[in-house]
Amino acid sequence: MHITLRLFASYREAVGKSELPFEIDAGSTPRDVLVKLRELYPQTQRLSDRLAFAVNASYAPADTVLNEGDEVTLIPPVAGGWR
Amino acid sequence: MIYEVTEEPLRAEPLEELVLHPGAGGVVTFTGVVRDNNRGRTTTALQYEAYKEMAEQEMAKLAAEAKQRWPEVRLAMRHRVGLLKIGEPAVIVAASAPHRGEAFDACEWVIDTLKERVPIWKKEYGEGGAVWLD
Repeated sequence: MHITLRLFASYREAVGKSELPFEIDAGSTPRDVLVKLRELYPQTQRLSDRLAFAVNASYAPADTVLNEGDEVTLIPPVAGGWR
Repeated sequence: MIYEVTEEPLRAEPLEELVLHPGAGGVVTFTGVVRDNNRGRTTTALQYEAYKEMAEQEMAKLAAEAKQRWPEVRLAMRHRVGLLKIGEPAVIVAASAPHRGEAFDACEWVIDTLKERVPIWKKEYGEGGAVWLD
């Protein structure tokens, strides 16, 4: 099925795109999408693996089952700085 | 109420005006500005990038949570994106309440939680190049 992967910050720069169409198997999860991204774009393997995921603009667990047309986003660490 | 990601320069007064009303005894405003140093290195500029739709939704969720904890507080917040110079405001949170205790507490909680949750990233420009902060 077809989903869209949105990329920001270090991931966007490594891949050179802010949005990627993805074909994935039914039952796939954001974690599966990340694995496939790393295969297709090996330069992403050196990036931080402390990632959160969003599905359709809300935080979602890495093992969320995705649906046709979902928008998946990788969320590298957000930089809040020191209090 | 405003929970917004914008490219425009930020000013506190419009946000304060939004949250003030006759029942409010005070407004507490936090302005985050670009600092000239980080972890022992000089910073020359910061680039902010946001997942805008989600950032604004997360800011609205934050405001809703704050209203559960401090029911009489009114909140407004704006975060800027783009390449910012030293001293430029990057984020403003304004909180009003009948009494100042709630306004201080809510403003502090909102900015602390915003920085953990809202999908906005910083790239630090300095001596030796630029790096995404995490």
